[in-house]
Amino acid sequence: MSGRSLQGAAATRADPHATRHWRNQRVSAIALLLLGPWFIYKLLMLPALDYATVTAWIAEPLQAFLLLLFAWSTLWHSALGVQVVVDDYVGGRLNVPTVRFLQVAHGAAAIAVGWAIWMIALGGA
Amino acid sequence: MQAHRPLSPHLQVYRLAFGTVLSGLHRISGVALSAASLLLVGWLVAAARGPQAYAMAIRFFSSVPVKLVLAAALAAFWYHLFAGLRHMAWDAGLGFDKAVTRKSGMTVVALAVLASILTLVLARRLFLAAP
Repeated sequence: MSGRSLQGAAATRADPHATRHWRNQRVSAIALLLLGPWFIYKLLMLPALDYATVTAWIAEPLQAFLLLLFAWSTLWHSALGVQVVVDDYVGGRLNVPTVRFLQVAHGAAAIAVGWAIWMIALGGA
Repeated sequence: MQAHRPLSPHLQVYRLAFGTVLSGLHRISGVALSAASLLLVGWLVAAARGPQAYAMAIRFFSSVPVKLVLAAALAAFWYHLFAGLRHMAWDAGLGFDKAVTRKSGMTVVALAVLASILTLVLARRLFLAAP
């Protein structure tokens, strides 16, 4: 390792944003380690995937809460992961706009999903 | 986010190794799951909009190409989960030995295949029951 790359590594470590990104990626991963299998298990255990069954399931407060946690953890983890991929393959001028676009898209998806679960939990059944 | 970061080296200069393939799969499955999360959003938004919108969503989800996409997403989920656990072990400083790395890699693949088959079999029942 040359002194230059060691300096680079030290600079990365000192960047609080990079540290936060790394930590958040792990925090959301641990959440999904539990919530992901929970979601798949719940789906597979539903008697059917028709409107009445699905909305009745989400109308239960605890289920709505866990589903929201799952959906938001997924989008959070996705936004962080996709940014790493973009940073690796999209360089130069396109990097920042690409990352911003993906962040906005993930934010919009998070709002849509929050709205959807809220509506089902309140209005449904 | 930094415009002056170096890009990854060109992949084609390396000979494909087991570890490389698994690492690549972790990324590909992650990006695929990001795309698949749109399906989750679409499904929930359809359910929120009412029975007609939901019926349309179910027609979409029960078409053969989308079923194949869902099956692939399920496999990607299990692979990404088990490979992610392996990464967490590395984060903790465990399992860096070359032989252990190979073994843990095979274990990840085996667990992902098993979990995928099990959940796909269970999902099949659900899809056959769907209108």
